[in-house]
Amino acid sequence: MAEALIRALIAAANQAVAAHRDELSGLDRAIGDGDHGHNMARGFGAIAEAADEIAALPFGKALQKAGMTLVMKVGGASGPLYGTLLMAMGKTGDEAPGTVADAAAALEAGIAAVKQRGKSDVGAKTMLDVLAPVAEALRAAPPDPRAAARAAADEGLAATRDMRATKGRAAFLGERSVGHLDPGARSSALLVHAVCDVLEKQ
Amino acid sequence: MSDNVSIVIVSHSRDVAKGAADMVRQMVGEEVRVAFTGGNADGGLGTDVAAIIAAIESVYTAKGVAVLVDLGGAETNSEMAIEMLGDGRGDNVVICNAPVVEGAVMAATEAAGGASLAEVRATAEDFQS
Repeated sequence: MAEALIRALIAAANQAVAAHRDELSGLDRAIGDGDHGHNMARGFGAIAEAADEIAALPFGKALQKAGMTLVMKVGGASGPLYGTLLMAMGKTGDEAPGTVADAAAALEAGIAAVKQRGKSDVGAKTMLDVLAPVAEALRAAPPDPRAAARAAADEGLAATRDMRATKGRAAFLGERSVGHLDPGARSSALLVHAVCDVLEKQ
Repeated sequence: MSDNVSIVIVSHSRDVAKGAADMVRQMVGEEVRVAFTGGNADGGLGTDVAAIIAAIESVYTAKGVAVLVDLGGAETNSEMAIEMLGDGRGDNVVICNAPVVEGAVMAATEAAGGASLAEVRATAEDFQS
């Protein structure tokens, strides 16, 4: 049932973000303004508080509602960025993706919207450097989609360490942004893992 | 009040936003309506989409609204707020690519003379310190 799945996803995402709140803010302190973990925890906490209302919706509408909650509650750029991701994914259909290809298509729609919202692309040391490889991995119809998604997220995250930021506050640092993991890529990887963990138990 | 382009100031800090708005008011008095917002929903540093929407609506005029923002999230959140305005009002609201304090003062000065939104924006963006 969509309702149980939505509840499980909300709980897992909120738990993952809350458990890594200080780590995310620490990464952000190195190359940004140090609030990413706290902003994300506020946003996902608000989604968890609205879990009853959100879980009663069809899957796509639930994603849109969760996205709008992030937009309104996060308080940093990650609100509109993650909010846009979820809203665009939710607009691809009311039903939860039934196949890996459907999941890839939904994620691709979300990624396209994030690129537009952030005026960014892959390689700029952002969340896109995790999400795009994950979508690509799913698109390749791997035998174990969850393992492929997790591996792509981990590799994408690791690759942000050597990238030079050209977007957001980290762009001010130029070359000094090199050598640090991107906090948005880290939170994206956390969420990919959280979603995979939930799907494994379904 | 004359129907001039309005100004909205969005900063991560409410104090910065208020200070910039104070400077604008001192320059242009009541000729130009100015709104400001700063801080996230919890009162910490950040920006709040709902508060940005409310600020824009509080001074909205079809003549136009020029929005001045400070850093990253303020811009992204302001873009989101403008899209969410509804009734096509977003078409009359622009974000100026200019420093928040200087840009707001320059934009307001231009607006006080009855300039169009495009002129207000150009003046703010042409500002060189």
